[in-house]
Amino acid sequence: MRYLPLTNEDRAAMLARIGASSIDDLFVDVPEAARLSGPIAGLPNHASEMAVERHMAKLARQNLSAGEAPFFLGAGAYKHHVPASVDHLIQRGEFLTAYTPYQPEIAQGTLQMLFEFQTQVARLYGCDVANASMYDGSTACWEAIVMARRVTKRGKALLSSGLHPHYVSVAETMAKFTGDALQTALPTLSAETDAEALLEAIDRDTSCVVVQYPDILGRIADLSAIAARAHEHGALLIAVVTEPVALGALKAPGDMGADIVVGEGQSIGVGLQFGGPYVGLFACQERFVRQMPGRLCGETVDAEGKRGFVLTLSTREQHIRREKATSNICTNSGLCALAFSIHMTLLGERGLRDLAMLNHGLAVQAAETLAAVPGVELVNDSFFNEFTLKLSKEARPVVRDLAERGILAGVSLGRLYPGADALAHGLIVAVTETTTSEDIAALAAGLKEALA
Amino acid sequence: MSINQSGWKPAIGDTQAPAAATYTGNRALMLEEALIFEIGDTRTTGVDFSPSPLQGRGPGRGEVGASAGDENAPLPTLSPEGERANRLGGLERTASFGLPGLSEPETVRHYTRLSRQNYAIDLGLFPLGSCTMKHNPRLNEKVARMPGFADLHPLQTMDTVQGALGVIHELAHWLKTLTGMPAVAMSPKAGAHGELCGLLAIRSALEARGDARSVILVPESAHGTNPATAAFCGYGVENIPATAEGRVDLAALTARLGPDVAAVMITNPNTCGLFERDMKAISDVVHAAGALVYCDGANFNAIVGRVRPGDLGIDAMHINLHKTFSTPHGGGGPGSGPVVFSAALAPFAPLPFVEKTDAGYVLVEEETAGEHHAQNFGRMTAFHGQMGMFTRALAYIMSHGADGLRQVAEDAVLNANYILRSLDGVLDAPFGASGPCMHEALFADDGLAEGFSTLDIAKGLIDEGYHPMTVYFPLVVHGAMLVEPTETESKAALDQFIGALRSVAERAKAGDAALKSAPHFAPRRRLDETLAARKPVLVWKEPVVAEAAE
Amino acid sequence: MSRYFTEDHEWIDVDGEVGTVGITEYAQEQLGDIVFVEVPEEGKELAKGDDAAVVESVKAASDIYAPVSGTVLEGNSDLADEPALVNTSPEEDGWFFKLTLSDAEELEGLMDESAYQAFVSKL
Repeated sequence: MRYLPLTNEDRAAMLARIGASSIDDLFVDVPEAARLSGPIAGLPNHASEMAVERHMAKLARQNLSAGEAPFFLGAGAYKHHVPASVDHLIQRGEFLTAYTPYQPEIAQGTLQMLFEFQTQVARLYGCDVANASMYDGSTACWEAIVMARRVTKRGKALLSSGLHPHYVSVAETMAKFTGDALQTALPTLSAETDAEALLEAIDRDTSCVVVQYPDILGRIADLSAIAARAHEHGALLIAVVTEPVALGALKAPGDMGADIVVGEGQSIGVGLQFGGPYVGLFACQERFVRQMPGRLCGETVDAEGKRGFVLTLSTREQHIRREKATSNICTNSGLCALAFSIHMTLLGERGLRDLAMLNHGLAVQAAETLAAVPGVELVNDSFFNEFTLKLSKEARPVVRDLAERGILAGVSLGRLYPGADALAHGLIVAVTETTTSEDIAALAAGLKEALA
Repeated sequence: MSINQSGWKPAIGDTQAPAAATYTGNRALMLEEALIFEIGDTRTTGVDFSPSPLQGRGPGRGEVGASAGDENAPLPTLSPEGERANRLGGLERTASFGLPGLSEPETVRHYTRLSRQNYAIDLGLFPLGSCTMKHNPRLNEKVARMPGFADLHPLQTMDTVQGALGVIHELAHWLKTLTGMPAVAMSPKAGAHGELCGLLAIRSALEARGDARSVILVPESAHGTNPATAAFCGYGVENIPATAEGRVDLAALTARLGPDVAAVMITNPNTCGLFERDMKAISDVVHAAGALVYCDGANFNAIVGRVRPGDLGIDAMHINLHKTFSTPHGGGGPGSGPVVFSAALAPFAPLPFVEKTDAGYVLVEEETAGEHHAQNFGRMTAFHGQMGMFTRALAYIMSHGADGLRQVAEDAVLNANYILRSLDGVLDAPFGASGPCMHEALFADDGLAEGFSTLDIAKGLIDEGYHPMTVYFPLVVHGAMLVEPTETESKAALDQFIGALRSVAERAKAGDAALKSAPHFAPRRRLDETLAARKPVLVWKEPVVAEAAE
Repeated sequence: MSRYFTEDHEWIDVDGEVGTVGITEYAQEQLGDIVFVEVPEEGKELAKGDDAAVVESVKAASDIYAPVSGTVLEGNSDLADEPALVNTSPEEDGWFFKLTLSDAEELEGLMDESAYQAFVSKL
């Protein structure tokens, strides 16, 4: 077996050194009844590299990948071009096959990268500090709600109807067990966000208001008034950003008064990957830092006075504080955070702004083209690179119909909100720098036929 | 003859002369690297873009997208004035926010230099106990990057992702068969997230029978994630003691069981490196008391292919794909933590999951779950889990097959016992008399010279060219050193490591002062963690430039 | 004024109805460099044995228990900026909090200085 270096001769010599007569002697503590006498029945034996690759390639061919078709899906995961050097660098063995930097003297590469990543995220979000990343945007969002409970010692969270429904589901799942009260609602197919309703709902029991920016339908609302109202009532504003590229064009939530900003970092460097692994971003203002979940990297000096980096404030974490920890999270999304950071370094502020403008420009072009198709109405007044269309038919079968014609048309609200009749005609369309004018024309033509 | 015109006469030189400090701070291949904030600026980019279609659509739009290649152009912004200029709702970001950029060659060099300051499995033995730092096959990386997997959106229609759903289904089949458990949840994002999944299913099952209960019992030697997870989903946590031989005290556990106990979390093999001999008996008494058994599967590598947890009465167990199934640790994630379930818990497993039907694979989500999976406890994450890890793990599992995986466990256990016995009389093994260890060997700091500790041994190993073992865990052993070599080390590699550890341990016992200041040869000496925690500096800030004297 | 000790290495100075609580020299030595201290808020009601404060080193966090019951008068605000006071002056400047005793009889169960020294010498 190509991954196992021991020879039978080695094994015999090692057993002799141990003083065991056979390998079975080393499993003597396993109860007789639980010992298997040979390979587990019904499973194939080992296979060559070529055979495995052939099998996997066959499975891969049964999918229609985003690059093969005009592609318009978003809703929390976005197709962006990732420069070739990003994937090359994250495959360096010293990054790929390292682990959590428990021994900082021989992990400065990972640690310095994390320090740079934290700074990039904090600046992107307009916050003072950021952590070394979470699993993904949805779990980061729940962690933020729990953190707001710790800070405010209140248990009622107001979730905007514009928050991604999977993020809402994750919070609802957890809240069932923790006893947190969540106020949620379905979005409406209109240009207005629910900002006004949220303002009304904030009271003295509210721990936090959770607002996605831009929201699930792509709409953009100013967060300043919500932040002010929340703060008046002793509550926190949590902003959720599922498309970080938007912050190359839009004001940062932290600059509008958000106390905690969380989100998905997948757009920058990570790729679609059928939903994971992704990278959760988590930032907040300095005064809350000891209530943060997750790993934090900090600057210090070594015994010779040279600058270096270490994991710090670990007493918040499970391996020290156990049941009193701020979270049970034990890892971060290290390699995805690295991919994010490299891509962000390649972009720089100039590149990110260019990228954002290109996304927005193509989205404006697409929105205008698609809104001209009979039976299609643009819901949004404002949007970044994603907007919602109201079709004259239910969107879900239209999406299936277009997929059969080789067009991946977007995400139907029927998929995201099954059973919500008022939303069934909604289609979320995302447009990025990877979208061509030909793609937009193909979608317009496809919609025209499907809706005719 | 013609004279040596170039003057080139290679010579060894004066080998006694001391080295001088270098101008750069570099030491040949040991290269210092500044932060991107110190070497980059906001006007530099390593990515070129074509112009935005909005370019030239109104006053002030001329610069949009035209800045690439012209470092003197102002930073691109869209000004809000002008008709149809943009649809950003009046929330344009105008002020610079200080993200530095680098050109591509500078970027490649920056991260390549950083990478060389890391230790990694690719460089050598990485015996971090309970972390299973085994070789990461590159075939896994290759298949994960096939566009048919890497370039799929999670919300594509199911007809367009049949192969991806097939990967999830095939891997699920392997995991269920290897563990002897009837169901598996694939979506948990890491081990601790898997623990959460298991406990939420347990709590749902108990609530469904109208008996919620309030306490989780956890052995003292457990990973910190166990009590933290129990608390995170609203349970009280109580410790159960270990016996003198390092296993769960069955009598004490039995005595504590009662109508308030929801579940027991057991790590098996445990963090002392021992198989819980009484596991089946533990499961039986726990079940008899109306509670459920959670198994922390972090150490599954020791028994994969040889023991099925399902045969031991386990109700739920997470599997760290990044440990047993070789997906890369990546400097701290991403992980992946599928959870296998017993029949008692299967109905409560979370959404989504993949089912095979006559019409192909179906992803069962909120919409379709009601029909036959109405008791699911909900969704734990957006989308469907760590697909990029599933492809890697499946490639690994298929490569080994049932026979190879069995050999994995055997070689992992053999290697650990070889280390344990090769250090007899050198390092104190507190449970060395408790029988063979499983895949990791545990040592304590007993017998070191006055003032010397486990930390000194760890730092000494760094100078020997190794990543140290896990230190100060489990908490039940003073100055613990937990050594997990994994099965992917050759005998020669083990022999050299044993020699190095023996040498460092002897130095610690003899009180060699040089060990107190180790490491001497790493990119950094010991770092001041107290300073980092007292005055946290978590982001880079521009240095305050002193005002020029008047 | 008299000083009492607990088996959990807290000390309490009692002056009339007011007690001042800190940790002992032995305890700070065991903890190592202190990096953060969380003291209770004024007005907090504590029962004997309650978690009252938290003291953190780089790799450990320890709860400080209330040696007796009472109401918190003040936490030592100097510790926020200078947690190292717990290392340099654990039994004086590095005190954690003051409280008004609600039941002075609880003091009877505590050790005096010599009893505590004897207790520590056996650890």
